[in-house]
Amino acid sequence: MSVFNQSRSRIIRIIFLIAFVVIIAQLFYLQVIEGKYRQLAMDNAVYAKVVYPERGIIYDRKGKAILNNTIIYDLMVTPAEVKGIDTMDFCRLIGIDTAEFKKRILEARFKNTAVRPSIFKGLLTKEIQARFEENSWKYPGFNLVERPLRTYPFNAGAHILGYIREADTKDIENSGSFYRQGDYIGKTGLESYYEKVLMGQRGVEYMIKDNKNRLVGHYENGAFDTASIAGRGLRTYIDVELQQLAEKLMTNKVGGLVAIDPKTGGILAMVSGPNFNPNDLTGSDGSKNFSRMQLDVTGPMLNRAIGGKYEPGSTFKPLGALVALDEGVITPSYGYPCGGRYTLCGHGKPACTHAGGGHAANVRLSIANSCNAYYAHVYRLAVDNPKYDNVKLGYLKWKEYMNAFGLGVRLGIDLPNESAGGIPDTSVYNKENAGRWTSCTNLTLGIGQDKMQTTPLQMANAMCIIANKGYYYTPHFVEKIDGETDEDTTLMNKFRVRHNVLTQIADTAFNEVIEGMNDVVKFGTARIAQIPGIDVCAKTGTAENYTILDGRRIKLPNNSMFVCFAPKENPKIAIAVFVQNAGFGSTWAGPISRIMIEKYLNDTLMTKSKADLERIASTDLMPAYFKRLQYKEDSTRAFKWFQTTKDSSYIKKYISTLYGPVSPSPGKVPVPAKKEIRTLAILPADKNFRKTDLQKRS
Amino acid sequence: MNQQNPAISKGIDWSLAWIYLLLVMIGLTAIFAATYKEGDAVVQSFINFKTDYSKQFYFFLIGAAIGFFILLTDSKFFAATANLWYAVGILLLLLVFPFHSRVKGTESIIKLGAFNFQPAEFCKIFVALSLAKYLSRPETDFSKTRSQLIAAGIALLPAVITILQSETGLALVYFSFFIVMYREGLPSIVLIIGFSIAALVVATIVIEPNTLAITLTAIAALIIYIFRRQIKRRRDLLVTIIFLWALCVGIQRFAVPVIFKNVLQKHQVERIYDLFGKDNPYLEKGEDITAEEAKKKKESGSSYNVRQSKIAIGSGGFKGKGILNATQTRYDFVPEQRTDFIFCTVGEGFGFLGSTILLGLYLILLFRIVTIAERQRSVFSRCYAYGVASVFFFHIAINVAMTIGLAPVIGIPLPFISYGGTSLLTFTILLFILIRLDADRQMVLR
Repeated sequence: MSVFNQSRSRIIRIIFLIAFVVIIAQLFYLQVIEGKYRQLAMDNAVYAKVVYPERGIIYDRKGKAILNNTIIYDLMVTPAEVKGIDTMDFCRLIGIDTAEFKKRILEARFKNTAVRPSIFKGLLTKEIQARFEENSWKYPGFNLVERPLRTYPFNAGAHILGYIREADTKDIENSGSFYRQGDYIGKTGLESYYEKVLMGQRGVEYMIKDNKNRLVGHYENGAFDTASIAGRGLRTYIDVELQQLAEKLMTNKVGGLVAIDPKTGGILAMVSGPNFNPNDLTGSDGSKNFSRMQLDVTGPMLNRAIGGKYEPGSTFKPLGALVALDEGVITPSYGYPCGGRYTLCGHGKPACTHAGGGHAANVRLSIANSCNAYYAHVYRLAVDNPKYDNVKLGYLKWKEYMNAFGLGVRLGIDLPNESAGGIPDTSVYNKENAGRWTSCTNLTLGIGQDKMQTTPLQMANAMCIIANKGYYYTPHFVEKIDGETDEDTTLMNKFRVRHNVLTQIADTAFNEVIEGMNDVVKFGTARIAQIPGIDVCAKTGTAENYTILDGRRIKLPNNSMFVCFAPKENPKIAIAVFVQNAGFGSTWAGPISRIMIEKYLNDTLMTKSKADLERIASTDLMPAYFKRLQYKEDSTRAFKWFQTTKDSSYIKKYISTLYGPVSPSPGKVPVPAKKEIRTLAILPADKNFRKTDLQKRS
Repeated sequence: MNQQNPAISKGIDWSLAWIYLLLVMIGLTAIFAATYKEGDAVVQSFINFKTDYSKQFYFFLIGAAIGFFILLTDSKFFAATANLWYAVGILLLLLVFPFHSRVKGTESIIKLGAFNFQPAEFCKIFVALSLAKYLSRPETDFSKTRSQLIAAGIALLPAVITILQSETGLALVYFSFFIVMYREGLPSIVLIIGFSIAALVVATIVIEPNTLAITLTAIAALIIYIFRRQIKRRRDLLVTIIFLWALCVGIQRFAVPVIFKNVLQKHQVERIYDLFGKDNPYLEKGEDITAEEAKKKKESGSSYNVRQSKIAIGSGGFKGKGILNATQTRYDFVPEQRTDFIFCTVGEGFGFLGSTILLGLYLILLFRIVTIAERQRSVFSRCYAYGVASVFFFHIAINVAMTIGLAPVIGIPLPFISYGGTSLLTFTILLFILIRLDADRQMVLR
């Protein structure tokens, strides 16, 4: 038997061999041929941990940090590790209810799986953070994660500095997926413009993770790690004390203020009213404040200093004089016999506050007395210049001057969302007048009205041009970037170029206009801006304006405007102040400018100015119609909310004001007939409520 | 009878001993690689008996001592007491029922102080001995069906008990004794049919039905083509082939689905598919598992194990990542990596080269045992040697195959490499009894 079966030992060996060959073949396939397992193993075990660099700091001209970094904590949750915790207790600690707790855990699971940490509650308040730290041992699966946060030590410069937010899908897309979910990105202001400089360079640490996604160490001892590089600082021209003062002056006012150093184009201060504390947008209440401000019809998030479009009114007159002088259509001694109104176009408009007495006997006097008829006529002389064949060509030349003054074009400030203002093209007038129009058609352009729209920044820059007698530097905030690279230099070069836009205008012409503006302060409309020892050159402006509210055109208080520079010789500061619906230029914008100049040049305030400062700061000049507008916006939104969600909790409030208090009858919410709600809530929304309807000047 | 060996080293097959030592060392290295964490005090934990590799080292020492003791005994002792041991083994297996401790879902472990004791492991030795004893009896005529049934009974009785303890994997090991019976004259058709059906069922589970049907048809066509001359002479051969083909396809397309759908419970079918890392295709409409459930399943259970194990081994590449750079095994991605999935550590750390060397070592071991078996004068020794070879073969082949997705995950250890005192001792004793018997190969044992 055994002899017969001996051959079977060979078969058994063959069976063994075949099994081993099959196994080795599969091993060969897995380990040598199929490459995907290497990558899968990397995905499995190596986690690229992004190390966020510290964002760059922004300093003022004296080296004080006006935008800095601090640390706040996010509460993270790893749902799989949350076991056996006292939910009630925990919810009380965090200040949420159990339903919310469950919702957030579910959300975290959905977003980031149960084993990876996700944010449970972001940006804890100091109080909650402290309470949690004390009790954290009770709550496995929850832990605090540091998060750097922007902080504004001077509570100032909200509109200038801007804010950062988590990059949204659009940002990520636009950046070619450079940004990732959870990254912060500058959304407005300098934070946005200098994003590349401020953000620094992200580092990556390749960490080995285990099967539970816990990080257990550096992959290959950190051979592939790249260190993060902190964002670089920005050195700005901002004088933070001046900025704080300006913000105080613009409290509860709508408008814009810009102060520029004409010698460099460096912006010393910039305020948009209404203003807000930039720290309100960070920290635990950040999101709440953010959405509140976004729904505010007064538009606190808008930067009116660069985005608000205003008719410059009388503040434009010095520019009109310069154009006419340069074109040679008038001489400094040119006078116009104004009798209280301009009569050469037949309709007796515009009217003038002065009549006779030679108040417009020459350029200097016409500026000092702000003669409307004089400047309407000078405008006509300029566009009807016989040098150019017709009014259209003349107008185009005039527009060229305007653009050279920086009106109707974007100046290119280092902030996003700058407005170009508006100097209309001939096509606009062609269209409106069927191609036939004369200098009388847009006569009031000469006194800064008609379709002329400027931003406070543009007017401040125009003051710089006059102060510099023809040149300017593009207004900008950042003087230099710490550790400037070649790329930065390219970015900054455009701010270091002197734009000799109007240097061809004779110095005599500039001197005449400058003297005229000095006269405005000495004995003209801006006597309020007199500062002992400093020769201030200024021009006031007052513009009537209207708005349409509830279908009616209502007259609003005048816009108060003031442009100036000082000192007359060797100017160091140029300011433009626009205060909406405040009254005469000299009542509000004038003293504001004076206080700014005093502060900047003397570093102290006169007793009178101190009193003025308090008076102005405590005066609420917010236009009253905003309240009505806010009510309409809110009720419309509530109605839309009700329409889409059938949740009547918001609309109720507005119904009760119309129909009396809503009785709390259980189960049934009294809803008036649909038609009635429509009339209540779908009032025609005034889309242009911010573009106030300016009509006349002073 | 009077062959008193003055030195125990006389007649010992040193090659087996060296291979044994080598494998245990590889095993210790692998366990060290799988469990070492940065900053562990190696020497201290070694002495303190705290880490798995130090425990395994102590088990190795105990095993070596027992092996030495076995070498000291008389080889007649094993033949004489084989049936007694078998009885003890069965008794131990039965004792598990009242005395087992619940460890990881198995009911096969008895706790003895600090040690977990798994009788099903030890029982392999006793079955090898008693089967050899039965087959070597002069009155056994193994060509008789009765004898064959008795032999099968001896081999499979522990398997039945083990299955009752939910240790299917360990039970399957006993089927390897059919190799011994085959060597002793079991008709090959029994093995072929058994193996074919098993292979077909596995293929049905692993391979997509249509692909398998086409493959089977292709194989049948190929066979017909190869035997076309014989078929011309004998028509019935063609009929047989076609019948076999029809039977295979029938089993694959109808019998298996019907059994899985209607006979077995849903969760049982699921577990079978899980073993291969596959989803159960026999779900009713609407019963389809949701994405979340699928994900959950993926992160637990056997399919996850197999996937992770394949990733670990596959990522090893040709040369491997080096012993402590193996990210998958070192950071616990592969479950059970010290025990049943220890081969992953080898595959990831030492790559294709290392794996092949290890498998080569095993193959040398198996061939050596077969050679030794064939040089025995006594049938008892030969049968026992084949028993050892069969058990080793089954363990090695199935264990490695399951880590690379070729076999179901049935949870049996890799001889000498896997962590675990019971299994190390079992394999050591199995091997040393063989060495002892081989040392006396000139003797005829009954």
